[in-house]
Amino acid sequence: MSVQSPISSVNDFVVRFANVNGSGSASANELFARSILRHGVPVSPRNIFPSNIQGLPTWYEVRVTEDGHLGARGGVDMMVAMNPQTWDKDVASIEPGGYLFYDSTKPMPTSKFREDIAVIGVPLTAITNSTYTDPRQRQLFKNIIYLGALCALLDLDPKLVEQLIGEQYKGKEKLLSSNVHALHLGRDWALQNLKCPIGLRVKKSDKVGDRIFVEGNSAAALGAVYGGATVCAWYPITPSSSVAEAFTSHCKKYRHDPETGKAKYAIVQGEDELASIGIVIGASWNGARAFTATSGPGISLMTEFIGLSYFAEIPAVIMNIQRAGPSTGMPTRTQQCDVIACAYASHGDTKHVLLFPEDPAEAFEFAAAAFDLAERLQTTIFLMLDLDIGMNHRLCRPLKWDDAKQYDRGKVMTAEMLDEGRDFGRYLDVDGDGIPYRTYPGTHPTKGSYFTRGTSRDRYARYSEEGAVYADNMQRLVRKFETAQDMVPRPLQANAAKPTKYGVLYFGSTSPAMDEAIGILEARGHQLDRMRIRAFPFHSSVASFIADHDFVYVVEQNRDAQLRQLIVNENGIDPVRLVPILHYDGTPITARFIANAIGDHQDHLKVTPLRKAVT
Amino acid sequence: MTYIAKPKFHHPGLKKNELGYTHRDYEGKISTLCAGCGHDSITASIIEACYELSIEPHRVAKISGIGCSSKTPDYFLGNSHGFNSVHGRMPSVLTGANLANRDLIYLGVSGDGDSASIGFGQFAHSIRRAVNMTYIVENNGVYGLTKGQFSATADRGSKSKKGVTNTDNAIDLVAIALQLGATFVARSFSGDKTQLVPLIAAAIRHKGASFIDVISPCIAFNNHAGSTKSFDYVREHNDAVNRLDVLVGRDPISVDYAPGTVQVVEQHDGSRLALRKLDADYDPHDRLGAQTFLQKHAAKGQIVTGLLYVDPDAEDLHTHLDTVETPLNTLDEQALCPGSAVLDKINASLR
Ligand SMILES: Cc1ncc(C[n+]2csc(CCOP(=O)(O)OP(=O)(O)O)c2C)c(N)n1
Ligand code: SF4
Repeated sequence: MSVQSPISSVNDFVVRFANVNGSGSASANELFARSILRHGVPVSPRNIFPSNIQGLPTWYEVRVTEDGHLGARGGVDMMVAMNPQTWDKDVASIEPGGYLFYDSTKPMPTSKFREDIAVIGVPLTAITNSTYTDPRQRQLFKNIIYLGALCALLDLDPKLVEQLIGEQYKGKEKLLSSNVHALHLGRDWALQNLKCPIGLRVKKSDKVGDRIFVEGNSAAALGAVYGGATVCAWYPITPSSSVAEAFTSHCKKYRHDPETGKAKYAIVQGEDELASIGIVIGASWNGARAFTATSGPGISLMTEFIGLSYFAEIPAVIMNIQRAGPSTGMPTRTQQCDVIACAYASHGDTKHVLLFPEDPAEAFEFAAAAFDLAERLQTTIFLMLDLDIGMNHRLCRPLKWDDAKQYDRGKVMTAEMLDEGRDFGRYLDVDGDGIPYRTYPGTHPTKGSYFTRGTSRDRYARYSEEGAVYADNMQRLVRKFETAQDMVPRPLQANAAKPTKYGVLYFGSTSPAMDEAIGILEARGHQLDRMRIRAFPFHSSVASFIADHDFVYVVEQNRDAQLRQLIVNENGIDPVRLVPILHYDGTPITARFIANAIGDHQDHLKVTPLRKAVT
Repeated sequence: MTYIAKPKFHHPGLKKNELGYTHRDYEGKISTLCAGCGHDSITASIIEACYELSIEPHRVAKISGIGCSSKTPDYFLGNSHGFNSVHGRMPSVLTGANLANRDLIYLGVSGDGDSASIGFGQFAHSIRRAVNMTYIVENNGVYGLTKGQFSATADRGSKSKKGVTNTDNAIDLVAIALQLGATFVARSFSGDKTQLVPLIAAAIRHKGASFIDVISPCIAFNNHAGSTKSFDYVREHNDAVNRLDVLVGRDPISVDYAPGTVQVVEQHDGSRLALRKLDADYDPHDRLGAQTFLQKHAAKGQIVTGLLYVDPDAEDLHTHLDTVETPLNTLDEQALCPGSAVLDKINASLR
């Protein structure tokens, strides 16, 4: 089939793989993404998978991006269509002039193709079947064979791919050589039978630098290891399970006593989220650093305990890997939809600290910092990730740790301090920052013990339902939350090239799409100052930023503009000044979407309505 | 103020235990429960047991849920940390606390509403996880604090104070604890201190999940004719399988060595349980036998009390997780943080 103008692009295109869940394609597809990285060209891959185990469609998208845009781009330049079930949809999603790669073992009617795309057929099944007899081998190697063909088509250096396979199967010579063999089977067939390379090409570059390629959940789990978490209690839920699983494997590597081989950590798979957060609270009450990882439905279940953590002032760290809600929502789709649920979790007047990392590097840093914050503030700290950062590999700066860093265990009164005669009132605000001292159970034979409860109590932890005593305590909690403002990561601001009356606020995983959108908008003539919010409570600079601009766009991945609600609510800002830009179909927000939405609004602002006299 | 502190005055002539502590050192605030509530007798037994074991009060962490029963930790061991958590969720909080510091003694106090209804799952899972604790349910068959609704341990056919008949089957927490693998299972009666005190003491010494169900009549809502958890009913239907004394390695507290009638059970920590068997062929090492025995007697309407089952070689959650001996809450950055050199290697592996 010939196409008038096939897309031609070097180091800047999107390849999407359409597979059947369970066919073993994931590792071949990831190998593809990593191979491009080894060419020095940044990639941004995304898993698009259904909420099921086997048999249903799954996609893996690799954005090849010399410019380093790590958000989703939208659109597909080449579709590797390996799933007959989704064929029609897959073919339809290709950009005009794009490429369709398929298994041509069985002939297909022309009606199944499009005139405006280039079709590349490789008889994958035939090649596989003539080489392998074992059905599982046939299935697995077919993936490597198409990877080989793509190498030829996109001009990838087979040496670099081989090198990666070598690293993957180090010490497993048989697997290594058979994978390399399959790779060449596909590559050779393509070189002999097709016109290689095509218009989409990968050319060696030097744009990756020392960046690392890692999933947010794994980085957050590593942050928990570095941050000194010793107790983890969790209950499986997509997309958070891999946090606890990664924590387990990191701990197995780095947290065993060299002499005894014993574990310096305890991980419990709770019977549910209620137990998980209960274990975290019990452990933290007793002076250990503890966390749980969950997603929306788990947060719903945990709220009673979160209220206890707030009111009884017990540290807790909750990593919330957000997915599309409400209810079971879309379990395998991404959103930033738990902002309000977490900020005000539980009954009564509560406010909780939220941290919004933008990528795995920040997920690592903020996760570690969350334990310091939880102990300093003696309250729940939410690390707000989402599926898009949590379950996808992202390119990010290397993880950093300062060996001089000491854990901040917060205000803990020791036996010595008690013996010195220090006045211990569990809820006494000695320093005026709203943060009281606590003692660990077992500290002193006669001093410093107290009763922890979710019921109202006075400054000395004595049960009391007196209104004034209650109000005094609630006021102190507000003071503590104000103190938190200066402890949490500050927002980051970047100004437009020229002075502007417009600003944009965004947070979390939206970051790379936003960075790219700014460029697109500038090209369209729209200048925007931007501020990335990294935590709640909001730093005072957020209010100043809003005050300094006529309009501020608030970009979020949820329907109800939850961050905007929170800003309006907490800062008493006129909602009219905050323009919501909302993306919530479960796919990651793209630069195209942001640029179009903001661009259209900006264009609108410039239109002066004409009032023609009607005669 | 809605609490009452006890006067600090100690009578100089008070008896002292091995640590030099008197009873008063094991007391807490004055109870605000209804006068005559069975729970207060359990409080007294806990005080007695801790005194006799010469436990340092501050080395005990007492954790409870919500309910009249769950209030009681405020009324004993005033020098230890207490935690009145949320309704039914004492077991998870206790589990977490125990993971953080394996060196303390964990006393979980709960009610039948707390443990057999809203907290049934947590009760079950803390037991199957073998958390090293003494889990006491103060079982009155009703929700005391919310004024007399049936709990899940109320017997079918029993009557509420308002005259309503319970049509649901009862949950027998002892039977379930046995089934779930608790390594120390006992039942007692709040009014039988002679039996209850050594049971609590033995449970505390036991390493593993100890469960004691204590029938504890609610005099406000469940001490009437028609109730099967009233003082009179329990006294009439109580069938004790054994009486128990505890010997702590050093000086025995009280021992009755009638040869042939005492069975000594070695505990992990070196202490020994001496069982005075009332029932000649009752073997507290036989889990299956205990289950059958319990059910046979339940069918006859009898409440079996005493130590029903003990596994002297029990392991606990820390053994299963193979954690270090040092309490996790004392490990510092040196012990926990792999450092920047390791991180550099991790970075390198991610390229
Ligand atoms: C989530 C929740 N639901 C309901 C309650 C109300 N509540 C308080 S105590 C209690 C029952 C207590 O019964 P039990 O555990 O048997 O203790 P008792 O008072 O009989 O000793 C209930 C239902 C609560 N505190 N929290
Ligand atoms: S209501 Fe019942 S359980 Fe509660 S204190 Fe009174 S007697 Fe005890």
